[in-house]
Amino acid sequence: MSGIPHDHYEPKSNAEKWLHSRLPVVGLLYDTLMIPTPKNLNWMWIWGIVLAFCLAMQIATGVILVMHYTPHVDLAFASIEHIMRNVNGGWAIRYIHMNGASLFFIAVYLHIFRGLYYGSYKAPREITWIIGMLIYLLMMGTAFMGYVLPWGQMSFWGATVITGLFGAIPFIGEAIQTWLLGGPAVDNATLNRFLSLHFLLPFVIAGLVIVHIWAFHTTGNNNPTGVEVRRSSKKDAEADTLPFWPYFVIKDFFALAVVLVGFFAVVGFMPNYLGHPDNYIEANALATPAHIVPEWYFLPFYAILRAFTGDVWVVMFASWITGGIVDAKFFGVIAMFGAIAVMALAPWLDTSSVRSGRYRPQFKWWFWLLAFDFMVLMWAGARPAEPPYSTISLIGATYWFAYFLVILPLLGIFEKPHAQPETIEADFKEHYGKSGSEGEAASTPAE
Amino acid sequence: MSNAEDHPSSRRDFLYYATGGVSAVAAGAAVWPLVNQMNPSADVQAASTLRVDVSTLTPGTQLTVLFLGKPIFIRRRTEEEIEAGRAADADITVDTNARNPNAGDDASAADQNRTLADFAGENTGEWLVMQGVCTHLGCVPLGDGAGDFGGWFCPCHGSHYDTAGRIRRGPAPENLPVPAASFVDETTILLG
Repeated sequence: MSGIPHDHYEPKSNAEKWLHSRLPVVGLLYDTLMIPTPKNLNWMWIWGIVLAFCLAMQIATGVILVMHYTPHVDLAFASIEHIMRNVNGGWAIRYIHMNGASLFFIAVYLHIFRGLYYGSYKAPREITWIIGMLIYLLMMGTAFMGYVLPWGQMSFWGATVITGLFGAIPFIGEAIQTWLLGGPAVDNATLNRFLSLHFLLPFVIAGLVIVHIWAFHTTGNNNPTGVEVRRSSKKDAEADTLPFWPYFVIKDFFALAVVLVGFFAVVGFMPNYLGHPDNYIEANALATPAHIVPEWYFLPFYAILRAFTGDVWVVMFASWITGGIVDAKFFGVIAMFGAIAVMALAPWLDTSSVRSGRYRPQFKWWFWLLAFDFMVLMWAGARPAEPPYSTISLIGATYWFAYFLVILPLLGIFEKPHAQPETIEADFKEHYGKSGSEGEAASTPAE
Repeated sequence: MSNAEDHPSSRRDFLYYATGGVSAVAAGAAVWPLVNQMNPSADVQAASTLRVDVSTLTPGTQLTVLFLGKPIFIRRRTEEEIEAGRAADADITVDTNARNPNAGDDASAADQNRTLADFAGENTGEWLVMQGVCTHLGCVPLGDGAGDFGGWFCPCHGSHYDTAGRIRRGPAPENLPVPAASFVDETTILLG
């Protein structure tokens, strides 16, 4: 499948040949599993496996939860308590599913920032990056709708605020909002359709994951040096790579085990740490919680949404130039989705020919500032929308856009990159001594 | 097969585009019910009016009813509240529209344009009916004389509304909206 020269599956027995000529499924599995993988991958390359595991875990626990859940405004909240108290082991399954969403997002953010640092989004891996961004958007939609299902106060008011974003679209917004909700406000119709879509979307994600893997198996993995695997001959390629099975599978499973130790410590000892106590109060349309906060993984983008208020000059300018059609509320919505859109466009905004941040002395600083900015926005998003938090959010949001729209395009022109290693093999030898050819490396590639 | 040099559009071309056009219309017609099913269903639409018995309200008390998924405040105001509201007419600066479809889209935010006429058709200023949803971010304001202007106060981000539900201070941009409402007999208000 990949352009890297390697051994392909050869059916040996008659039975294998019979099957292979009719359905080459064993060959497909063999080539997928034995794909030559750059042998210098570091520990930041484990999050893909963690993510695949999260998706499987969320689907498995979710299918179980829906066996006991009742999607009706009068019964949903009670059915969650039924799962927690009466269903055998139901509490564990629900806590795993709840915190599984958080693990999913921790892993996806590390995975994305890995890609941003090592330039994994650059040619020829743009499609992999775009598919990944689509998966991320679907994850957000799925997580949001899942959070509505327990029908607590935060579920209800979170759904009211977030669907209200669509109401901010000029002219057609209110009709779209009514269509999404199935009525004038969040109610039974909303709850039912959210369950249906919350069940459906993970399978759409699973399909996109296959496309995501297919895309980077076609181009080959990126690696910490950003230098391509040599394709000049099979011998050269083998000096740069190791087969995915067993080397990386075992390494990834080890990392997964370590991650899961942390995960199950949270599930066991502090399962509600990442949630909001208000969601254990049943939804009430007549009383608003004092402070509506989304789940932690939405906070950076929630901060961007709230940063652009009516007294910011870009908002006033946008309002003036469109004759008032783009008001502060709509501007905030555009900014929030725009923040993800500019990230998706990174392959075309980054003008540097050097992939890895390792060899980009200035890029490094801007990158770490972006990572810090992300954390600051996350913190500001949880605070009330008032000074000084609103100003901090505005500065943070501005840097987010500046990084993608100004810094990435200009750095490629002004920055003088360091020398890159000739080959992955050369870089590997420099780090790990003489071993590292013909797939005999016993040590785990790590740094 | 010769090209139709003297016939720029052949019979085949016509059939090609006609089939394509009809297929597109048919596909659209097939998809529309799948989209439209998500719009409000008949029972939700049927709930778009509500009769509220207000015979128990004495001056200075209020009712909160749930109408179309949102709280509606119905307050029978005291003489003092009416006076305070009318005296403040000149101080309304944030939102100068009545936000009252019963009074007309262009009505000013004067106190008398906010209140509901009773069954006799007389607007005494006693009856104030409005949606209890803060125009800032949709929280439900606290009532019964809350806030610095003796009306309503939103605990979320500190918007103060006066005795006529008009925004006086805080981040909210608009007055509390008045729903379409009327008295259908001495003691019953029809919402919607």
